[in-house]
Amino acid sequence: MPLLEIRRVTRRFGAFEAVKEVSFGVEAGEFFTLLGPSGCGKTTLLRMIAGFDLPDAGQILLDGKDLAHTPAERRPVHTVFQNFALFPHLTVAKNVAFPLRMAGLADAEIRRRTAEALDMVHLGELAEHYPNEISGGQKQRVALARGLVNRPRLLLLDEPLGALDLKLREEMQMELIKLQREVGITFVFVTHAQNEALALSHRIAVMNAGRVVQLDAPSRIYGFPASRFVADFIGNCNLLEAEVRAVEAGRLRLHVAGLGEIVAPAAADIQSGERGLLALRPEQVRIAAEADPGWANRFPGEVRDFLYVGDVTTYQVLLDNGYTLQALMPNAAPGRARFHETGDRVMVGWPAEAGHYVRD
Amino acid sequence: MRRLPTWLMLAAAASYAFLYLPLIIVVVYSFNDSRLNAEWVGFTLDWYRALLADEEMLIAARNSLLIALVSSCVATLLGTLAGLGMHRWRPAWLPLLVITPVAMPEILLGVSLLVFFIQLMHLTLGFLSVVLAHITFSIGFVAIVVRARLAGMDESIFEAALDLGATPWQSFRLVTFPLILPAVVAGFLMAFTLSLDDFVITFFTAGVGVSTLPLQIYSMIKIAVTPEVNAVSTLLMLLTLLLVILASRLDKGFMKGSA
Amino acid sequence: MSATDRDHRATGRSTDQATRWAVLSPPTLFLLAFFLAPALIMVLASFQYPGEFGGLAPLTDQGDGKEYGLTLENLAFFFSDWLFAEIFARSFSVAAASTLICLILAYPVAWLIAQSPKRHRDLLVLLVILPFASNFLIRVYAWMIILGPQAALARTINGLLATLGLEPVSLLFSPIAVLVGMVYVHLPFMILPLYTNLEKHDPVLLDAAQDLGANAWQRFWRVTWPLSLPGVFSGAALVFIPVLGMFAIPDLLGGTRDMLIGNLIKDQFLGVRDWPFGAALSIMLTLAVLSLAGLAAWLSKPRRRAT
Repeated sequence: MPLLEIRRVTRRFGAFEAVKEVSFGVEAGEFFTLLGPSGCGKTTLLRMIAGFDLPDAGQILLDGKDLAHTPAERRPVHTVFQNFALFPHLTVAKNVAFPLRMAGLADAEIRRRTAEALDMVHLGELAEHYPNEISGGQKQRVALARGLVNRPRLLLLDEPLGALDLKLREEMQMELIKLQREVGITFVFVTHAQNEALALSHRIAVMNAGRVVQLDAPSRIYGFPASRFVADFIGNCNLLEAEVRAVEAGRLRLHVAGLGEIVAPAAADIQSGERGLLALRPEQVRIAAEADPGWANRFPGEVRDFLYVGDVTTYQVLLDNGYTLQALMPNAAPGRARFHETGDRVMVGWPAEAGHYVRD
Repeated sequence: MRRLPTWLMLAAAASYAFLYLPLIIVVVYSFNDSRLNAEWVGFTLDWYRALLADEEMLIAARNSLLIALVSSCVATLLGTLAGLGMHRWRPAWLPLLVITPVAMPEILLGVSLLVFFIQLMHLTLGFLSVVLAHITFSIGFVAIVVRARLAGMDESIFEAALDLGATPWQSFRLVTFPLILPAVVAGFLMAFTLSLDDFVITFFTAGVGVSTLPLQIYSMIKIAVTPEVNAVSTLLMLLTLLLVILASRLDKGFMKGSA
Repeated sequence: MSATDRDHRATGRSTDQATRWAVLSPPTLFLLAFFLAPALIMVLASFQYPGEFGGLAPLTDQGDGKEYGLTLENLAFFFSDWLFAEIFARSFSVAAASTLICLILAYPVAWLIAQSPKRHRDLLVLLVILPFASNFLIRVYAWMIILGPQAALARTINGLLATLGLEPVSLLFSPIAVLVGMVYVHLPFMILPLYTNLEKHDPVLLDAAQDLGANAWQRFWRVTWPLSLPGVFSGAALVFIPVLGMFAIPDLLGGTRDMLIGNLIKDQFLGVRDWPFGAALSIMLTLAVLSLAGLAAWLSKPRRRAT
């Protein structure tokens, strides 16, 4: 039995359906992420799990028990809010002690567990400070300590890294993974940042327009997107409109208008004659002056533009049939940042096992 | 949005009723055909007629309007200067000087002006002393409203005016003044209303020289309660109602300034 | 910065000084003359002797054998009679009671307005301000009607008392009437600052408290209430201070035994005409008000770290 089970949950605001018949389960100890663009319904779903909102239809079960009649304050579920929602009139220690106090624990027990939780996030020194006296990263830790201190069954995190700057965000990502492993509490994390979701999660539910469109491990979501939306939303992707010409053992023969035949890896249940997309990650696409014999697919083209971002360079290559492909090249050779200049004639190609056919 | 508990709505409704019920009673009894404010007898306009025939009341009304007009004009000028000065140069002492007369119990300003006018200025209490007293407490209200308006504006528009070649005077005339004008007018209306309404300070500074509507009402309700008071109260309420609505339409900061 | 810029700045500075004086001096001079000077005269007056026919006795010897100069007699007189301490104590308790009742009545209203949809808030605030824009005497007078002996309220209560075999009571001219009047006149002063404070609260904090296990009462008592304290203190100051100096409400609604500081001061100036004693009383009231205002300002300051 999953720890948290969402069963055909629907939530409407007037005529607008924010969440449509969503179902999934979260296992105990899992780091589970709801990923999607703003307005996809992920926050509405989170608020329903926390108890700030109720589904119009469907059920939310925790440990097999329906939560419909349990108000937020009685659910063993805590939330780390987007802007942390620390109580400005309470010290760091009193913020962390708040849920323990609400649970009616003895003073000595409250002190012991508060100190423990603050140590866990390395904030023992700031216990007597007020929230307006500490930095964003420290606030984040206080919010985490407060959410974890009385060991909820489930910790919900609502874009908790959104308020931090880039460097701090990466640090906190590491820390979140470590913390979750240490405490063993199930995390349900909400974000619109795909890299954050890929880095942190055991499993990701990608949401769009109120529905879960794909639920899988991060590498599967990235490598085998189930739809145009997922392919497009997660990372950069070249999308080529294609028709399936033949299904062979382990191979698909696709036809792309103006390019001709492309060999792609097979996927389950593909019928010859259907139309779809070939999703091709830029890092799978190679470019060189001469075609490599290992490239099952190869096309001539011209470098139109490139974007140098330090570790890698993204090249825009215009194929002779009018398609533009993106290719990512690591700048691994010392001192060399540009392998090709704008206007260079190049060969573009990728092996038969690259790319992923998506039914549209 | 959180739902409000029913008992809270009821408590709030009761507080609103507490605010309005007494005033409604005053208005209703002003049309009551009975000398006693005890029960409804029948509709009449007699009390309004009596009011119009009451010589003393009419003189008091004229005095009130005159005092309010003169004092609010001067207070608006001085208060606007104070508000501009406080915003521009932030002198530490001026806010203290402007706000304290407003924040202290009125009786203190009243009696200190009484002693000052008689003992030091050897002034016979009357129209002039009342006007000076009213200006003193009105300056603060105008200054607060004007400063609130300035504080709510983007500093860079004044810099932009100077940057675009305006002299400081042009910048004031063409940019600052038009922008604070609604607050100045609201401050004027507020000063006018406060002067028209003031009882305590007028009580100490009017002497026997001049009577105003509030003084007249006070002596009427102190001696004998007749529904003529209800009639004058109703008219006065109507007048202040119009002034308040006018002021709040002109300047959103009005409400906050008065609090 | 170029040389011409610097010149421009230099002349700008002297013009600025001139403008500064032109703008600041009229209101400053007026208030120095009609607020500060009278206040200082009151301080002086509180140490003077009363004049023969009211007013103040001269500061220098006029050679007529009458009292002159400065004295501590006014202070001594205040402490010579328990009556004055009693009046001060009564004034403070009336002010405290009015403040408390105003707070209890104002909190639900302020909360309701703060929780209402934004488009309704201005109207609800205006509805609080409107009655307080009508003349203060009219609002007191309204209660003279309601509490009057011929009015329905008094007749109903006395009818009930009569059936129980008890003596009839007078609602008007009683301490209760004074309290009702004080609360009625000052209620908006409590509602508005409370609302201004409550409106600024982040609703997410209540979500967070609920999420962490706080029930409705705990959310109020542990989050809303402590965060609203600055509003409570400024509202309390706006009610307490004027009530402390009020003379008209006890005058109109109270009986002879309901005299407060304000009535005592008024009597010194307009009744028994002992100005120096009146001035001494005013100074004491001023000191009380200043210390209360200081206390309120200190209490409503944002909290600092305990260490």
